[in-house]
Amino acid sequence: MMAQPIAASKEPEAATPALDVSGLSVEFPSRRGTLLAIDDVSMQIAPGEILGVVGESGAGKSITGLAVLGLLESPGRISGGAIHVGGRRVDTLSEKELTKVRGREMGAIFQDPLTALNPLFTVGKQLVETIRLHSGMSKEAANDRALALLQSVGIPAPRERLRQYPHQFSGGMRQRVVIALALAAGPRLIIADEPTTALDVSIQAQITALLRKLCDETGVGIMLVTHDMGVIAETADRVCVMYSGRVVESGPVAEVIHNPQHPYTKGLMAAIPSLHDRVETLAQIDGSMPRLNARPTGCAFHPRCPHAGPKCSAATPPLVSVGVTRSACWLQQGGTQ
Amino acid sequence: MLAFIIKRLANAVFVMLSVTFLAFVIFTAVGDPVDQMLNEQATQAQRDDLRERLGLDDPFLVQYAKFVGRAAQGDFGISFRNQQDVLTMIGERFPATFELVLVATLISLVVGVPMGVITAIRRQTWYAEAMQFTSIIGVSLPSFVVGIGLILVFSVWLGWFPAFGRGETVDLGWWTTGLLTPSGRMSIILPALSLSLFQITLVMRLVRAEMLEVLRSDFIKFARSRGIPARSIHFRHALRNCLMPVVTMTAMQIGGLIAFALVTETVFQWPGMGLLFIQAVTFVDVPIMAAYLCIVALIFVALNAIVDMTYAVIDPRLKGADA
Repeated sequence: MMAQPIAASKEPEAATPALDVSGLSVEFPSRRGTLLAIDDVSMQIAPGEILGVVGESGAGKSITGLAVLGLLESPGRISGGAIHVGGRRVDTLSEKELTKVRGREMGAIFQDPLTALNPLFTVGKQLVETIRLHSGMSKEAANDRALALLQSVGIPAPRERLRQYPHQFSGGMRQRVVIALALAAGPRLIIADEPTTALDVSIQAQITALLRKLCDETGVGIMLVTHDMGVIAETADRVCVMYSGRVVESGPVAEVIHNPQHPYTKGLMAAIPSLHDRVETLAQIDGSMPRLNARPTGCAFHPRCPHAGPKCSAATPPLVSVGVTRSACWLQQGGTQ
Repeated sequence: MLAFIIKRLANAVFVMLSVTFLAFVIFTAVGDPVDQMLNEQATQAQRDDLRERLGLDDPFLVQYAKFVGRAAQGDFGISFRNQQDVLTMIGERFPATFELVLVATLISLVVGVPMGVITAIRRQTWYAEAMQFTSIIGVSLPSFVVGIGLILVFSVWLGWFPAFGRGETVDLGWWTTGLLTPSGRMSIILPALSLSLFQITLVMRLVRAEMLEVLRSDFIKFARSRGIPARSIHFRHALRNCLMPVVTMTAMQIGGLIAFALVTETVFQWPGMGLLFIQAVTFVDVPIMAAYLCIVALIFVALNAIVDMTYAVIDPRLKGADA
């Protein structure tokens, strides 16, 4: 059969970013006070662009993604800022309105493809359900689109596969199904939360290549959340480095990798093993990221930073342009003294 | 699948043999049936004749083999008390018990499943808390107390339902049912409710626990991220994933309900197998007791097999060799 166009049929608005997050804050009220998980985070993703969001566990990458989707787990809540998806503000929508936006305007890919699919429904049924929910297509038309989707994510013999259950797919194939499901209603934005972490290394490359291909073909914007700089380097257009709930550096991937500005980013890059220079021990950043309830004053990175000065613990550095990247460090803003 | 069925059957046969053995041991250990069958003036010749006819002089294992052979053909002998065929007596009582258990099971599912879902998805509301609290009472009240309480309130005080008996029944030839007559339907409500109360709580608590578990799973989060509405998430995606343990427990409990029905049938004077058994116990009517034991065991074993087969229908992962 002829592959149908997978791309979103929405009118292209070149100027409208797929995602525009500005000044987002997320807090978790707890008995011992309110914990600020995300603090004044801003990021934009253009249509057809992949933004890598990188950072250690607990840096707030996944929370940012969940906040965009409106899937923060109670008691977590957005306490400031605005989120626009395809030009439409979504953080103020009710749960009912959000249900209509999810899937149609934005989709998600989660870490573990083994648990992301309902084991009791065939892959075809789950695809057709999602397609019909958002398009009102007839069963036959939805079935054809499901077939086209499976084809576009590179699943061989899609006609037979539609009738199969998730347990009959391998991990990599399941992640392809998950991607097809996320794309089912032609969203403008996909939040991909560690989409390759649970997969074999050989499969990882296939999945990242697939994401890149779909991004170029359909113009969907992707927020690629990962702690793996390698995945970012291969796949993303721009990268956003997060530390303790804040963005510390953002910019084009090549620039951030080869010319990092923020000491934390420098540490991250130094920690990537290189094939060319054989070293005995890998570089590492001493210490660990502070817990939410014990965040240092000023720049949260200063206790681990080799360049820290008095100013670093006194005031939080803003994110400012340094060349083509943006960095939040006093070093580039008149020194740390 | 064939190997699975054969294994399942062999298993069932083994269980049934064990149970019949036990029933048979009871049969022989309670005393010489000849004493109970003949009156005191019987001559020794009459006694010997009866022993000969009943095969009581055969070795133990031969007697057991004969018992199993006859039981397999549905011949459990005749009642000591009124000299009737045991299987016919139980067969006459079985529909009453079966209808009671069936209605109780339906009530427990129809009431218990939605209550479980509601208490899981509306956790903080006052009505979910109230259901949770009442369910503790349901678990802890013994069923004869519930039965007597229901009779007191609905029969004695309010006079809405009859206090005992099965009402009018319709004879369908192979089955007598009370469900087709108004008085039969009115009569079954109180005993079924009394029998199902414990069941409702069990189903509700099981569904609630399973729902909470499933709602935390990744595929629910992923379904929500695709914009699947809450109603479909709860009742299509989540509930179906909860049904396996519910089906297991419900089916297993049908056996339990038949056992529990002993008490309920006694309280409501419901003319079922349980009441027959209780009466048999008071008269040491061993053939009836043995037959009851075998039949209840057969029901348990059959239910077990059906549950295993049902799994394959609900969960595709258990179907076929690639599971």
